Amino acid sequence: MMFVPGNNPGMMADAHIYGPDSIMLDLEDSVTMAEKDAARLLVYNALKSIDYGNTEMVVRINPLNTPYGHKDVEAVVKAGVDVIRMPKTETADEVRELEAEIIKVEEELGCVGRTQIMAAIESALGIVNAYEIATASKRMMGIALGAEDYTANLKTPRTPEGSELLLARETIVVAARAAGIACFDTVYSNLDDMDTFRKEVELIKNLGFDGKSIINPRQIQVVNEVFAPKQKDIDKALRIIAAIKEAREKGSGVIAVNGKMVDRPVVLRAERVIALAVASGILNEEELS
Amino acid sequence: MELKNAVAGTLESGDIMIQIGPGEGLQVELQSSVAAQFGRQIKSVITETLEGLGISDAYVKATDKGALDCTIRARVTAAAVRATGKDVWK
Amino acid sequence: MRNTKVVSLEEAIRRSGLKDGMTISFHHHFRGGDKVVNMVVAKLAEMGFKDLKLAASSLSDVHAPLIDHIKNGVITGISTSGLRGELANEISHGLMKEPVVFRSHGGRGSAIANGELHIDVAFLGASSCDCLGNASGCPRSENAKSICGSLGYALPDAKYADHVVVLTDDLVDYPNVPKSISACEVESVVVVDSVGDSSKISSGAIRDSKNPRDILLAQQAAKVIINSGYFEDGFSIQTGTGGASLAAVKYIRESMMEKGIKASFALGGITAHMVKLHEEGLIGRLIDVQSFDKVAAESIASDHLHQEVSAVEYASADNPGSAVHALDIVILSALEVDVDFNVNVLVGSDGIIRGAVGGHPDTAEDSALSIIVCPLLRGRIPCVVSKVTTLITPGAGVDVVVTEYGIAVNPRRPEIAERLKAAGLKVVDIHDLAAKATSVIGVPDPLPFGDKVVGIVMDRHGKVLDKIYNIVD
Repeated sequence: MMFVPGNNPGMMADAHIYGPDSIMLDLEDSVTMAEKDAARLLVYNALKSIDYGNTEMVVRINPLNTPYGHKDVEAVVKAGVDVIRMPKTETADEVRELEAEIIKVEEELGCVGRTQIMAAIESALGIVNAYEIATASKRMMGIALGAEDYTANLKTPRTPEGSELLLARETIVVAARAAGIACFDTVYSNLDDMDTFRKEVELIKNLGFDGKSIINPRQIQVVNEVFAPKQKDIDKALRIIAAIKEAREKGSGVIAVNGKMVDRPVVLRAERVIALAVASGILNEEELS
Repeated sequence: MELKNAVAGTLESGDIMIQIGPGEGLQVELQSSVAAQFGRQIKSVITETLEGLGISDAYVKATDKGALDCTIRARVTAAAVRATGKDVWK
Repeated sequence: MRNTKVVSLEEAIRRSGLKDGMTISFHHHFRGGDKVVNMVVAKLAEMGFKDLKLAASSLSDVHAPLIDHIKNGVITGISTSGLRGELANEISHGLMKEPVVFRSHGGRGSAIANGELHIDVAFLGASSCDCLGNASGCPRSENAKSICGSLGYALPDAKYADHVVVLTDDLVDYPNVPKSISACEVESVVVVDSVGDSSKISSGAIRDSKNPRDILLAQQAAKVIINSGYFEDGFSIQTGTGGASLAAVKYIRESMMEKGIKASFALGGITAHMVKLHEEGLIGRLIDVQSFDKVAAESIASDHLHQEVSAVEYASADNPGSAVHALDIVILSALEVDVDFNVNVLVGSDGIIRGAVGGHPDTAEDSALSIIVCPLLRGRIPCVVSKVTTLITPGAGVDVVVTEYGIAVNPRRPEIAERLKAAGLKVVDIHDLAAKATSVIGVPDPLPFGDKVVGIVMDRHGKVLDKIYNIVD
């Protein structure tokens, strides 16, 4: 998920050429108070006009308790955004308030249920309430960590190894999995230190995150490389998928690969590996069918 | 509609700066490196956007840095909202 | 030493027998820092010459003072590879009666060699020269001020001009060897304060582009090369100097090291990137017609595997010995590419001349694989169009076009398209790229051209390829 400042039309026009899975146009922290109105119009017009292809489009709105939040929701829902990212989410009620706001606009448009919600958790209270937030609405598609505000709230600096974020990260993954939604890690801002960035991406992948937030196209390759499954894992997954198919054709309930029985978690993992391989461009869907 | 002087947009690449103020009829002065090929199109996006907002009298100075039509519409609308003080956005 | 050739500029001009209507020539190795053209033409104007034809290997922003000399009738004809800045702008608006003749580097070399472009007096700047005229672009004393490395584009002038004047800001003891220009070809030597502004001749070190679009294009170009079928031990390569093509070298380098592949030679304008690969043992030899930066200029002065070549040896079409005939892969840039793969590198999308033909048509035509790297859109300027504003490199010589929206392969090269597809690259129809551009920015209005011919583009074989008309504001 690539962050793009909502008041920068040059970057908004070609963000998708770098192939991020999703683009987050930002109306919040990257836009000054004086430009909130102009950025909102820019994001609205960009979403309406620019062909972003299959890229998932997310807009980070201003909090609803600011003078901008409600207008942001109206504009981006009207523009047909895929996902609204709510910043600094602390309670499930806030999610429900946003949902009500979205429904109001969607009813006007006659498209109720179109807009999904992603909640960014950026405080200790938000982490404590993570599962409730994750399950607050059917529209919840994911939760994400915002580490800068979170560490400030914890009264600790961010370190390269990220030990201060460990609990928050694990909590978010667990809450997301329990709720059956996706989870995304925070940004890493030092563009000149790709090694530390890579280590961080490896860490969060192992923790179970579905993706990483990035601030520059140069970071995409590292994320893709880390998340791309290894060839031997793909081969194994393909064998498992083939065995399932074979078992189904035979009408057999038992699935076995290399003489070993395959149980459900293994099947699920295999499916996830294949999905990642397709997403990383290693496999294409035609080859699978 | 009463217009104050207002500005929206920047001079960064891919953007357009719109300065708007009182005028008679819609007058657009355009500065653009792509004026030869897109000047007509840029001016018509500006006037259509203003007309769509119900503004028929304004002087507009546009400094274009290669903006796309959607950016021009957004910047013209933002300038108009600021100049009228009314949220004419729809 | 007796009989030295060292004289003042005025005396050198007088001795040369230059007359009104004759052709004078210059090279462009001092690039944006060149002082020779302006200095010599100012002196010629002062001496009352008129109607001179200026045959430069290229001209740039720094040559704006020529505008006045054109208005005053001192210069009435120009032939060059490139034209930029205010001079180009004025010429595009119809400054000259006679159209400017544009030739590629190889085309100019051929035209000089076969007499089509006859040079009466060549004024050639040199970084070092001795009193008999042995001249070089390399420093030979502590006083060296303006270092340019290779003098490749000046060599045909030195060989074929009727009269040769070398201008230098560092007169060194005889013999100035190894030499680029031989004393036997030189009639006069003129010592001046400065032949070039060294800060504008070349940049210091490697600068890696951080522009994400350049990096994306470079990665794609590198993948094209690696999967093209030409990336094997002993291959040869040439790159342009655009951010994307320089960055591509970085990614090719990684792949060369990984696969244990080495290149036999790199050709053309040599950059610090190429020198680095050469020093790492990844490129056997550097064949240098123009040293693009300080690192390249230092390398050619000290490394015997880094060799200077003349424009003829580099890129002549009709000389079977020229290096482009042995070239495998070239990465080039473009202002515009059209759906027939024709390329324009000279005239901007506003109809104003703002570039150079360079070695583009030479290398595209003779290389085994030519790759054009250009963004589909530069702001609101489209780079893939239905028809190029000006034809510089015919599509018959262009194989692959790399953009941020996909890679187009010339239908003449289906085998390359297959290889790239098999490698998982996004191969698209070039018509789709052009359509994508108009879907984003709209259809541009036609340019306001007048009916006066301001430029004639010669192909590298000496035939007229296209005409450039004046632009009307």
